[in-house]
Amino acid sequence: MNFTKGVELLSLCNDKKLRICDVMVEREMVLANSSKEEIIDKISISLEIMKNSIEKGLTEDIKSVSGLIGGDAKKISIRSKSEKPVCGNLMSKAISYSMAVLEVNAAMGKIVAAPTAGSSGILPATLICLAEEFSLTDEQLVEGILTASAIGMIISRNATVAGAEGGCQAETGSAAAMAAAAVVELMGGTPEAALHAAATCIKNVLGLVCDPIAGLVEAPCEKRNAIGVANALISAEMALAGVESIIPFDEVVDTMLRVGRSLPFELRESALGGLAATPTGLRIKKEILG
Amino acid sequence: MIGPSSSHTAGACKLGKVAYKLAKGDIKKVVFMLHGSFAKTYRGHGTDKALLGGILGFDADDERIKYSFELAKKEELLFQFEEADLGDVHPNTVKILIEKNDGVKMAIIGSSIGGGNIKIIEIDGVELEFTGEYPTLIVPHRDMPGVIAKTTAILSQYEINIAFMRVYRYNKGNNAFMIIETDSPICTDVIGHIKSVDNVINAYLVTIN
Repeated sequence: MNFTKGVELLSLCNDKKLRICDVMVEREMVLANSSKEEIIDKISISLEIMKNSIEKGLTEDIKSVSGLIGGDAKKISIRSKSEKPVCGNLMSKAISYSMAVLEVNAAMGKIVAAPTAGSSGILPATLICLAEEFSLTDEQLVEGILTASAIGMIISRNATVAGAEGGCQAETGSAAAMAAAAVVELMGGTPEAALHAAATCIKNVLGLVCDPIAGLVEAPCEKRNAIGVANALISAEMALAGVESIIPFDEVVDTMLRVGRSLPFELRESALGGLAATPTGLRIKKEILG
Repeated sequence: MIGPSSSHTAGACKLGKVAYKLAKGDIKKVVFMLHGSFAKTYRGHGTDKALLGGILGFDADDERIKYSFELAKKEELLFQFEEADLGDVHPNTVKILIEKNDGVKMAIIGSSIGGGNIKIIEIDGVELEFTGEYPTLIVPHRDMPGVIAKTTAILSQYEINIAFMRVYRYNKGNNAFMIIETDSPICTDVIGHIKSVDNVINAYLVTIN
């Protein structure tokens, strides 16, 4: 029960009438030589860390190591209690949750890389919000993480999830793709629909550069995690309604790698280009790093 | 893991940890030569703290990484960071130069390839490749007939399946080593047994997960 491409995953799902998360758990059982319970226990630990990082970011006074970010997640959460959120409750919550995790990350706190630390807000925020909105259980969330990890595994196998290699598309694009596929399966969508959602997410941010100010995983990373949850939810909504990605998932993943390779070094996590090279970006760098 | 970057923090810590394991924790001085994105962003990402944390034997989820500079100083470990051009390698690559207490020097080159995953690409001038995803046995030996057969026979006795295996040598008949990645854990008995094989110089295990 192994696969390296989206098409292989789909044929496994279709042949055995399984969901992506079921295929993934069987794959892990073989590769890690573990029982289903052991796999689920391991993922449950990650789920707990995800929840804690959201909680911490929303309740504690977080300041990043450099002092550049912190407290933004709280602001959104506070406003949503007194005003009607412009983009609805679910989206508003998802945004603040994703930013909470990024703030904890930037403060050198404990998070789950999903698939990376710089994109670690997207999957937990999307899943936990969905759980609150639709009363999903932890068991279901573990399934969601399994679905997401199948997508993340295919991307890292065939392309990259490193900003230094593929830019931000490879980080927040991959995270959104993982989250979107999880949402589709949790909401009863087919494995095909989950891959359409994942493909759509990557397409939506194709070419997005990685240009962190002063080289810190803080700005613009935090806000790009917020747009990542929106990307995941929008793409899942489309896929659940039967909207398909015209370009198949595997081809989109290959495209992401090719586009990433053609990004210059300055725009791949080197802090030499993009927003990092603006007058303000350079001033902040000087203030922080001297 | 501990933030802020899986490539630059978690991956970096794992690279340091592999070097720590290869040096058996006996490190007097370490120099980190940082290439590409590592070189440009290491301070911001805490790559320096993470690499040093790994050298101190910490795992990527150890909250002490934040304080690794202070902890290294307390242990009187000398450390230094330099920017370097290591050639045509992954943008997140580091060369780790180690001096052990007995004066022995080691050089390890590894890349952090995303999501906290790593790849060791050179040890002491020999190009090789392993990821640390599997229990990895490194066996320096003399390049003589039968050494490999005897070593793998021991693994088979203990019913350990080899997932990947490569053999490297400096010169014909001289020093060589095997890198064996296995599916199941390797206990100290097995290592002791392999060490007793004729022409095997040493055997040690690198696991990072």
